[in-house]
Amino acid sequence: PTSVLVTGVQVSSRIFMVWLITHSIKPIQNEESVVLFLVAWTVTEITRYSFYTFSLLDHLPYFIKWARYNFFIILYPVGVAGELLTIYAALPYVKKTGMFSIRLPNKYNVSFDYYYFLLITMASYIPLFPQLYFHMLRQRRKVLHGEVIVEKDD
Amino acid sequence: MKHYEVEILDAKTREKLCFLDKVEPHATIAEIKNLFTKPHPQWYPARQSLRLDPKGKSLKDEDILQKLPVGTTATLYFRDLGAQISWVTVFLTEYAGPLFIYLLFYFRVPFIYGHKYDFTSSRHTVVHLACICHSFHYVKRLLETLFVHRFSHGTMPLRNIFKNCTYYWGFAAWMAYYINHPLYTPPTYGAQQVKLALAIFVICQLGNFSIHMALRDLRPAGSKTRKIPYPTKNPFTWLFLLVSCPNYTYEVGSWIGFAIMTQCLPVALFSLVGFTQMTIWAKGKHRSYLKEFRDYPPLRMPIIPFLL
Repeated sequence: PTSVLVTGVQVSSRIFMVWLITHSIKPIQNEESVVLFLVAWTVTEITRYSFYTFSLLDHLPYFIKWARYNFFIILYPVGVAGELLTIYAALPYVKKTGMFSIRLPNKYNVSFDYYYFLLITMASYIPLFPQLYFHMLRQRRKVLHGEVIVEKDD
Repeated sequence: MKHYEVEILDAKTREKLCFLDKVEPHATIAEIKNLFTKPHPQWYPARQSLRLDPKGKSLKDEDILQKLPVGTTATLYFRDLGAQISWVTVFLTEYAGPLFIYLLFYFRVPFIYGHKYDFTSSRHTVVHLACICHSFHYVKRLLETLFVHRFSHGTMPLRNIFKNCTYYWGFAAWMAYYINHPLYTPPTYGAQQVKLALAIFVICQLGNFSIHMALRDLRPAGSKTRKIPYPTKNPFTWLFLLVSCPNYTYEVGSWIGFAIMTQCLPVALFSLVGFTQMTIWAKGKHRSYLKEFRDYPPLRMPIIPFLL
């Protein structure tokens, strides 16, 4: 059973990329990086949900299991590259328009700068991506090669 | 008198780590932990978890060897809890930070706001009041840590100090930045709002302190006894009639008061996060009380009267 937290993070990041970046910032919609992450996501999702569906039907063809645990090796870095390049391309427009930002002074004494939020989001890929990638690699070794993984103790 | 033999195995690898012979039957787990430290000095007692079953619960320091379900050769399983740090150290560090950090913003130390604001003072009374309240709150916490609280556990995992300090210090800086900002906007309903909110804050601080004193008096110094808390002559403790953890109730109340007083959204968010965590703790404490005491008052809720 997949973790609620991990899936939650992934779904949120997809919603973020689609609505808060691509939909809201028109100038970057023609960037090649958008095609990059859309293709990576599409192929990944078709594979992943086929895997889940056939697993539930108790009739899983080996090639779907193979695809689910091998495609990600390429698709995951490609998708991340597409996402990061898109956010990077959006930065100048965000800075210029001040979109999604709250400035001082205001009644609730708070501020939010979407530009810096995006910079921090990009930086967060650095610790997060390797963790998720190596998690998938470990799952791959366990499922495809029957390796017994001794979990490091907390 | 018959002596016991105790062998200690690693809970994961089942490797024999230590063999103790001629152990007194009335020896406590604490004493056994001290004996175990000698051949393994890196595993000081605070980081040892000894249990009868590799996947079972940890034995308590006060447990006596001959009262455990073991033969005269007892097998105990050891688990390393990791580097430990004392609760007192963690509390002092995590509370001293906000006290100091808030003042940096209050005095508008250079490099926080524009240079023309360096060391200037706010013209809003509520900003000065807020500094007094915030500082008082953390001084109170520091003094309670040193003189009031009686901790059940001596230590916690070392990584907690980094997690906790990030939380307290981070939020303190975030709140202090806005409250002490040159562009700070005072509350919409002016002095009335500030006075009401200040009253809530003060009452809840007194309430919180009263509960801490009542809890302290439940337990003699150096002991780890647990008893059901009851209301005392102090009216602030009458909240025990309705909740298991009125200290948390009052704490949330204090921060709601501070949020209304400063009308600052980051303060409201800090209150919300704190409330979430304290609710989890209160529910846990409430559950332990119910499990341990058959006659626990049924009217009580964990943290919010009648509701939560």
